[in-house]
Amino acid sequence: MYPGGFHYTKQHEWVNVDGSVGTIGITDYAQNELGDVVFVEMPKIGAQLKAGQSFGTVESVKAVSEIFSPVSGEVTEINSALADSPEKINSDPHGSAWLIKVRLADPKEVSSLMDSAAYETYIAGQAKEHSA
Amino acid sequence: MTTPAIAEARKTALNSTHRRMGAKMVNFGGWDMPLEYAGIVAEHIAVRTHAGLFDVSHMGEIEISGSRALDLVQWISCNNAARLAMGQAHYSGLMTSRGTFVDDLLVHKLSDRHYLLCVNAGNQDIDFDHIVANNKFAAKTENTGARYSQLAIQGPRATGILQQLTPVPLEPIRYYHFTFGKISGVECLIARTGYTGEDGFEIYFDPTHSEKLWNDILEAGQAAGLVPCGLGARNTLRLEAGMCLYGHEIDDTTTPLEASLGWICKLDKAPFLGSEMIARQKQAGPERKLAGFEMLDKRIGRDGYPVIIAGREAGRVTSGCPAPFLKKNIGMAYVPSNASAVGNEIEISIRGQVAPARIVAMPFYKRPQ
Repeated sequence: MYPGGFHYTKQHEWVNVDGSVGTIGITDYAQNELGDVVFVEMPKIGAQLKAGQSFGTVESVKAVSEIFSPVSGEVTEINSALADSPEKINSDPHGSAWLIKVRLADPKEVSSLMDSAAYETYIAGQAKEHSA
Repeated sequence: MTTPAIAEARKTALNSTHRRMGAKMVNFGGWDMPLEYAGIVAEHIAVRTHAGLFDVSHMGEIEISGSRALDLVQWISCNNAARLAMGQAHYSGLMTSRGTFVDDLLVHKLSDRHYLLCVNAGNQDIDFDHIVANNKFAAKTENTGARYSQLAIQGPRATGILQQLTPVPLEPIRYYHFTFGKISGVECLIARTGYTGEDGFEIYFDPTHSEKLWNDILEAGQAAGLVPCGLGARNTLRLEAGMCLYGHEIDDTTTPLEASLGWICKLDKAPFLGSEMIARQKQAGPERKLAGFEMLDKRIGRDGYPVIIAGREAGRVTSGCPAPFLKKNIGMAYVPSNASAVGNEIEISIRGQVAPARIVAMPFYKRPQ
């Protein structure tokens, strides 16, 4: 379910690093918690992000969720396809529904994030809390 | 995101059924309730085009009986229950002495001496205490929520689906009327009421039969496209239909006139709790009014967001969300009366930025007749 090479945050974002570029999205857990996604607010290309900084929002029918950048860097691309079909975030959150790409300020930053196994353990704990 | 279900939340008789069927659960008014099954949008569209089944057993029931039952109902609520026929129901407000809402409710006339009130889950005990405290007629009052489960089957195909399970002819039951009869062998109060803007029924019955009725209705409706629905779709459906939700559009600081519910305020009946204040406000005209709005770009004005008029905060959004059937972002908000005319342009402040919106007529959605 959760791609092996990705790095994950506790706020349920992922980043996939390819050289100096990080592709960022929200996790399947996050889209499932939100429900039907209807709107995405994106940063501008060129925006400078710090790790942990909010860069946009994903809205479902019932809720708004801020999206926090897993890494520091400059926004080089946004996924403009999501403007017309935000529901892709529900169907393909780890693939075609990536949100932004950034030029990494510090490729070593990702070492503080969770790998897929750690993230799966983390969300299993969250699910337990919810059903308690 | 979702509020986690808390351990002490109250449960309807169908709680384990919802969990077994994979519903996403949410705490609503102190109850652990299904928020969604397949998803709010799919459930919402199913109710508009086919049918949906909702467990609304969290709703409260209060019964008023005795020779002066009507006097008590008339005193505590703003609509005129003297005009109800046996087997008829109406929408009304439970009023404070200030002419504001303790709650909104449905009043069903079971007989000249017996009324069944259906009230909001989170308000049931407050409502009951309020009614008892204002019972100067020695009417019998009973807090009977635990004696009923309630299911709502809503949508254009609701009647046909339910008819398969009952010998009671459903088509002749008029809107806001009810009758008694067996559904799937279970004795029910069958009311042609709802909170979705669609045709349909709300049925009340002994909670021990909850699972049987839930399963039988779902099975009977499967071929017709009936789906189980949660409170998420119930909220978007009622908002499209321009209906108020307690705690959002109405509460003990808002009057029926402000909420554009003047039609449930019968000032020509004998005085009732708050009627003087309401009459005074009617004469002066309310300073603010509930208005429907539509966002003019893709942004969504949600509950609690400030309404900006001429650069100043002039009110708050009471409910706002994407409308899944209309495919527009809609909401309701209190605005100054002089700014409430249909067509007026306003702004909604969304996380520090303003987004344009326009006042539109309510209901946003009206079902085809």
